[in-house]
Amino acid sequence: MWDNISLLVIAPLLNVQLLMDGVLIGAIFALAAYGLALVWGVTNVKNLAQGDFVIMGGYIAYVFTTLGIHPILALPVAMVLMFGFGWIIYRLIIAHVIERDLFTSLLATFGLALVIQQTLNLIFGPDVQIAESGFDILFLFGGQVTLAEIKLVALVLAGLLAAMIVIFMKTSRMGQAIRATAQNARAAKIMGIDTDRVYAFTFAMNAAICGAAGVLISMIWVIQPFFGISYSIRSFVIVTAAGLGNLPGVIIAGLGLGAAEQFSGFVLGAEFQQATVVGLLVLVLMYRQIQMRRQRRVVS
Amino acid sequence: MTALVKKRAGLGSILGQAAILAFGVAAPFLFPAYTFQIAMLWIMILFALTWDIMGGQMGYNSLGNILFFGAGMYISAVVQIGIVYDVAEYTAAFGAIKIDFTEAQYYIGFALGIVAAAVGCTLFAAIFGSMVFGLRGPYFAIGTLGVAIAAGELVGGWDYVGGGSGISMPVFPGDVEPRALFFYFLCFISALATFVFLRWVYSGRFKTTINAIRDDEEKAEAMGIHTTRYKIVAWGIAAFFLGISGAIFGNMIGFIEPLEVAFPTVTLGIFMVVMSLLGGKGTLWGPVLGATLFHLLKEVTWIYLLGWQWVALGTLIIVNVVFFQQGILGWAQDKWPQFFGIVVDEKLSAQGAAAREAAE
Amino acid sequence: MTDMIEVSGVSKHYGGVIANNQISLNVPSGRITGLIGPNGSGKTTLFNSIVGFHPIDEGSITFEGQEISKMRVPQIARLGLLRTFQQTRIYGKMNCMDNMMISVPQRHMPLMRMFKKFPAETLERAESILEFVGLYQKRLLPAGSLSFGQQKLLEFAMALINEPKILLLDEPTAGINPTLINGLIDRLRRANEDFGITLFVIEHNMRVIMNLADNIYCLAHGEMLAHGKPDEIQNDKRVIDAYLGAH
Ligand SMILES: Nc1ncnc2c1ncn2[C@@H]1O[C@H](COP(=O)(O)OP(=O)(O)OP(=O)(O)O)[C@@H](O)[C@H]1O
Ligand SMILES: [Mg+2]
Repeated sequence: MWDNISLLVIAPLLNVQLLMDGVLIGAIFALAAYGLALVWGVTNVKNLAQGDFVIMGGYIAYVFTTLGIHPILALPVAMVLMFGFGWIIYRLIIAHVIERDLFTSLLATFGLALVIQQTLNLIFGPDVQIAESGFDILFLFGGQVTLAEIKLVALVLAGLLAAMIVIFMKTSRMGQAIRATAQNARAAKIMGIDTDRVYAFTFAMNAAICGAAGVLISMIWVIQPFFGISYSIRSFVIVTAAGLGNLPGVIIAGLGLGAAEQFSGFVLGAEFQQATVVGLLVLVLMYRQIQMRRQRRVVS
Repeated sequence: MTALVKKRAGLGSILGQAAILAFGVAAPFLFPAYTFQIAMLWIMILFALTWDIMGGQMGYNSLGNILFFGAGMYISAVVQIGIVYDVAEYTAAFGAIKIDFTEAQYYIGFALGIVAAAVGCTLFAAIFGSMVFGLRGPYFAIGTLGVAIAAGELVGGWDYVGGGSGISMPVFPGDVEPRALFFYFLCFISALATFVFLRWVYSGRFKTTINAIRDDEEKAEAMGIHTTRYKIVAWGIAAFFLGISGAIFGNMIGFIEPLEVAFPTVTLGIFMVVMSLLGGKGTLWGPVLGATLFHLLKEVTWIYLLGWQWVALGTLIIVNVVFFQQGILGWAQDKWPQFFGIVVDEKLSAQGAAAREAAE
Repeated sequence: MTDMIEVSGVSKHYGGVIANNQISLNVPSGRITGLIGPNGSGKTTLFNSIVGFHPIDEGSITFEGQEISKMRVPQIARLGLLRTFQQTRIYGKMNCMDNMMISVPQRHMPLMRMFKKFPAETLERAESILEFVGLYQKRLLPAGSLSFGQQKLLEFAMALINEPKILLLDEPTAGINPTLINGLIDRLRRANEDFGITLFVIEHNMRVIMNLADNIYCLAHGEMLAHGKPDEIQNDKRVIDAYLGAH
């Protein structure tokens, strides 16, 4: 461990490499986390299947590559498919738990996560997969820092997607209805907004966002049926740290988490990457508790 | 009338308990081929009962109780090996070192291991409790899930206890059959002890208070209840028995490793929750019933599901939570409240009323 | 005559709303003190500040000389400072006796006692208090099946068994049948005289508070408007204006 830390001091460019990798992947974490925050804020459902939605998107891209189609083209397809999937899940499950206590939705989506990951496992097997995009690798700083072009492409796409979502939420009718429902569902209902449809749309849109994130992940990293839970936990870490309805906070926390993971993976070893994520979750939650206690309150 | 119903329910309960006791003692002799499965049933019952202390009776839904199971397993392993050998050396050899435990060493080590597991896990509960008891609702569930996953990961990276490749447990000094019986009865007794202990603590102030925390914690605080103290004790009780079960299970399996055996967060860790919900959380018998049904269902159908078991399990969780959350006993309680000692009509308490009103 | 609670210069805001601005008041021990004010004038907010429900922006609150403005709800409650809620809070699924049992004081409770059963004298005491508030006949019914007014009485009974030194009551007569109000006034007074509990009461019903309280504070728009004996308050022009909305 100390060797690795001293390596970071001796070779400062390594820091650049880790930071860059972290930020590029963190942007995609932020995307999934934004979806979680959206659903959480509007429907008050904490979706523990969030990460599994991401992985589903990844497998759609993977299927594209096996068919000989470029995975980037999977992006719109995955979004549409996942939107439909999200809508169905809303009707089948979420609509029944939305009014219930929070643990119900948490556990129901946990069951959903189990179903998704096991089904993926049955279809694709437990091996790690990647959606090969065929882009080049750039060599920066005289070859000491490498950067896969696809990561840049993914970053640009993630940014575009985020911008589209923001514009959609600000300008479209549905976007306004969603924001009104998030603020006060009862008032929105009285104003004539069909809140049930808003909930369904929000949940489906979240699934679509996750699907897109998954396509990007599958191109720049690896996917595996059981990786979903760590994306769910990542999303929770980010949202808990940033708070609901705080898009800049979500982006910063996402990038920060990405970087933190890269550094800890380098310093402690790759097998501690997952431990880092859950460790950060526990830390963030503890910090929030201390913060709230000062206000004579609890984290709820 | 209510008194009669109560008496009848009490009689039923006593008969039920006697039948279960008889089954527990006779089972390994009646169904010797299934000794291990029935032993697992007792462990499952213990799981569901201990989860329900916090989850059902107190409304704190932990997704990380499996932590104490795994911790108990490892504590006991370290103690058992540590009393005769250097643990680090033993684990570094990855099972190449075979220690011959004398009979006395084995049993004494095992007994010490169980005690250490129980005490250690109770301490853990107090420590982790102080870390997570400021969390409510979903944050508590996710926080405990995080702690349990982190524990598995950390143990997996800790060479002293063998890291990801685990520890071979001391070998039982005896034949296969006495070994099976020995562990069977340990499982049975630990589940029985859990049940009897919980029946006792649920009969007084403790249950009323943790129910109050579940129903309205803010009000409980406003009445000056020592909520934190109750939470720590409740989790401590769960940890105590889970630690014991972990110590027993590790020895029964014979080989322990962090992810699949000791900290299986998404399998056994979730089974606990599902079993309690299935039987009816917040009741004493619900978890017992739920665990029995779940275990039976699982053992019987598992092989016929041709690889789709886990999908079926996930679906069961969803259906259970979404459409049948009150569980079997909860449903029965709604339907026939008088059987559960809930007074529904006023006649009984109103008898002395008329006279008093006349006097007023 | 000593003061049990001293509030000095306490402010509390919610976002842009200043719910309490520089409030100072004293609650003398052994007496009944009233707190009145139009809807939204910050009465409940002040109660919440006193019992530790939320942090205050500035000022100090002492209870029997001890600073409590940084303490948390259960600690303050165990000192003997108790409140009832404006939106009555009882345990609806439990019966009235269990509600009473939960409320037995835990001030000096040894750890192991949490596993014990409730002693017979505690049960008797709970029954006698339920009798006192007129709920004895309902004692085995689920509290949720009681009427709103009865639930208020139950919450009052729960507070009594807790043996507080002071009880903060948030609108005790709201929702109570007018014909029963006299009985309730009588019970409040007996809680004060016989049980020796200091009372600090928020009340909208002028007849009740003028009858009950020894001295009265009046809030309006988060400011302390007036303080005095009931007849002084009754004839205070500012108070009348505040209530008639000419403010
Ligand atoms: N939790 C809160 N968040 C935001 N604003 C609040 C909150 N609680 C109270 N307020 C505001 O603070 C002001 C004072 O409210 P408070 O409840 O203290 O009034 P009150 O005097 O008890 O009124 P009432 O007689 O109707 O019970 C009101 O303007 C109210 O809208
Ligand atoms: Mg009020």
